[in-house]
Amino acid sequence: MSYTEDRAHADVAPGDEYAHEEFGTGLRSYLIGLGLALLLTAASFWVAQTKIMWAPAIPVALLTFAIAQMGVHLVFFLHLTSGPDNTNNIMALAFGVLIVFLLFGGTVWIMHHMNYNMMAPVEGGVKMPLQKGVPLQPEPQRGGSMQHGGGGHH
Amino acid sequence: MLGKLTWSAIPFDQPIPLVAAALVGLVLLGVIAWVAIAGWLPYLWREWITSVDHKRIGVMYVLLGLVMLIRGFSDAILMRSHQALAYNAPGYLPPEHYDQIFSAHGTIMIFFGAMPFMIGLMNFVVPLQLGVRDVAFPTLNSVSFWLTATGALLVNVSLVVGEFARTGWWPSPPLSETTYSPGVGVDYYLWAIQISGIGTLMSGVNLVTTILKMRAPGMSYLRMPMFCWTALASNLLIIAAFPILTATLAMLTLDRYLGFHFFTDEAGGNSMLFMNLFWAWGHPEVYILALPAYGIFSEVISTFSGKPLFAYRSMVWATLAICLLSFTVWLHHFFTMGPGGDVNGVFGITSMIIAVPTGVKIFDWMFTMYGGRVRFTTPMLWSVAFLVTFVVGGATGVLLAIPPADFVLHNSLFLVAHFHNVIVSAVVFAAFAGYTYWFPKAFGFTLDEWWGKAAFWFSLIGYVWVFTPLYVVGLMGMTRRLQHFSVAEWYPWIVAASLGVIVMVVGVVCQVVQLVVSIRRREQLRDVTGDPWDGRSLEWATASPPPSFNFAVMPHVEGEEAYWAIKQRAREQARLREEPDYEPVEMPLNSPTGVVCAFFATLVGFAMIWYIWWLAALGLAGAFATFVVFAWRDRVEYEIPADAVARINRLNRASRLEALQQARRKEAA
Repeated sequence: MSYTEDRAHADVAPGDEYAHEEFGTGLRSYLIGLGLALLLTAASFWVAQTKIMWAPAIPVALLTFAIAQMGVHLVFFLHLTSGPDNTNNIMALAFGVLIVFLLFGGTVWIMHHMNYNMMAPVEGGVKMPLQKGVPLQPEPQRGGSMQHGGGGHH
Repeated sequence: MLGKLTWSAIPFDQPIPLVAAALVGLVLLGVIAWVAIAGWLPYLWREWITSVDHKRIGVMYVLLGLVMLIRGFSDAILMRSHQALAYNAPGYLPPEHYDQIFSAHGTIMIFFGAMPFMIGLMNFVVPLQLGVRDVAFPTLNSVSFWLTATGALLVNVSLVVGEFARTGWWPSPPLSETTYSPGVGVDYYLWAIQISGIGTLMSGVNLVTTILKMRAPGMSYLRMPMFCWTALASNLLIIAAFPILTATLAMLTLDRYLGFHFFTDEAGGNSMLFMNLFWAWGHPEVYILALPAYGIFSEVISTFSGKPLFAYRSMVWATLAICLLSFTVWLHHFFTMGPGGDVNGVFGITSMIIAVPTGVKIFDWMFTMYGGRVRFTTPMLWSVAFLVTFVVGGATGVLLAIPPADFVLHNSLFLVAHFHNVIVSAVVFAAFAGYTYWFPKAFGFTLDEWWGKAAFWFSLIGYVWVFTPLYVVGLMGMTRRLQHFSVAEWYPWIVAASLGVIVMVVGVVCQVVQLVVSIRRREQLRDVTGDPWDGRSLEWATASPPPSFNFAVMPHVEGEEAYWAIKQRAREQARLREEPDYEPVEMPLNSPTGVVCAFFATLVGFAMIWYIWWLAALGLAGAFATFVVFAWRDRVEYEIPADAVARINRLNRASRLEALQQARRKEAA
């Protein structure tokens, strides 16, 4: 019983929510967000042009700023917090990120293999093996072994 | 002036589509004339066409689904009968027409039969089960429905003006590019699906918002009826997956209209990417349709077994697991395209894993029935038949998930039999179970049981009769979509399948007769209490049909099976709950925004298909103007005074009290 009660309290039903956030605090959070966003944008432009940093570190820095920028937008503009009334939004974001990761990662992986197996080789070029250490095999044999690989007896 | 549109677009030389379209057109005109002469047009416009009531919109969705299921079924009759006559013969459909028919069959059944039916049931039931008065965005709901209707209209227009796609229901390049499909068929497909897809996406946003934000007080997530859970998962999938379809088809549109090279194999394009992206939407789509179906079976089996759903929480977890896993299996649709052993292996395993949560559900449903007092009403018959036949479809699915087996069976009739076996068992059976189960809630009288059972038995026998031979002939090597064939061993099986279609036709006729008979006998079949099946969730706590505001006061939920607890208390104490303090109710005003938007969307779609650019611009401007007019409206809601709410609710309370006392007297006697 108590378990059920606890669970019932954990997800707040509509009507049990409390009104929050006065106008002043809301405006202040927007201003802080705007400041941070501008700062990160300026920093990205500065990093891209600067000579002070080691060149290969620049893309990493840009990536970091980009992720931070997303975080600023989520927290200050989209009001994503860790509060109990924000579980829905956090879950929606997590679900979205996961789906994008699955779709994007999956597509890159699948298309890489498919292009390798099925697309005509570059003229004059040699088809390199997909994984390091796998010996290069002639094309027809590869296709054949794929088709009969797991087939067993007929 | 009219782009590519000339008189040659009308297929005067093909009698079949012309005669069929003329017949449908005559029936349609007859209905409109009848409605107009009877003076019902103002009523239809006021109460249905411009309605933003989720119940009315739900009913219209289901009606659209029913009509389009029959339209798709007539394509199926054509294909089966044609093939039966095409052994060493040309059959009666020329190849270019036959190709359009199997493309239209798939497109219509998925997008305009199954989807509207499921979305309609969710629209109707979910707010009632959650104990709320409407969906989160009522006018948007109306727009969604009418855009779906636009898509259906465009597909049907292609029957007489121009042609439909000959590519199959997924228009994969290079066949669907302008080089090989220069006609308007693929364009009809693209604009119909894009426009209705916008409607589907908005409907998904609407229902997710409703479920997350608008439940009755005390209705925490783990007190929601199972159908609400599956609706939530299904609509989350709509939000996540439909943008993939929209983007993919937009890329194909750019290829066809502006000479882009997304999916051409020259100039840096990649035709295999279309297949990948299409099925990245396509597999979640399977579960967008199947999850609400699982929800319907959960409600029906629990109600007619007189027991709470067995292992409710495991059902919730299984639903969410399916929601997530459905995004990890899409490659099994193209094992044979050449991803290689590593990739195939991974996706083969994930495809088998996704069968596990569905298996959990099957056991939960069986244990719900176990030890219950099962009443074999029509909805329950559909559900039990689902349990039996769906397991076969699931088993052949797991078989096809093994890549080497798929290399043998890919695109054979075995595959066709498999996916019909799962989608008919799950979605169509659930559609009819839900239709029979919630019909009294929508219209205030139950459907005739005798005709319902006749429809069930003929449909079930016909369906098994059609698809069992297709499994066999698929194993013998017959591929799908053959316009003619010359293998003697296949012939008897094809004839057998065609005979099964006749049995299915009888089932469909019984279904129609059931509706007519029920309407004529509605006084005997009247549901006075609003709870004809001894239900357990909140939709049965209000009158049938429910008043526009659903509930006189918001129900307060204190546990799982909200209505069952209320009802048990009423039975024990032999009296109803205390009469609440009635308050005036604010309801959204009806709005023609949806239907006007859809009218302009139809213009845009038709104009884009036929390259009539000025009309497309006009349609876009009109749709935007409609939105502006709606956004600047002065009145949003109207008020139903408290005494009107009280009067409506007291009527229902009186009949419920009478039913309660009757039951007491019967018990005492």
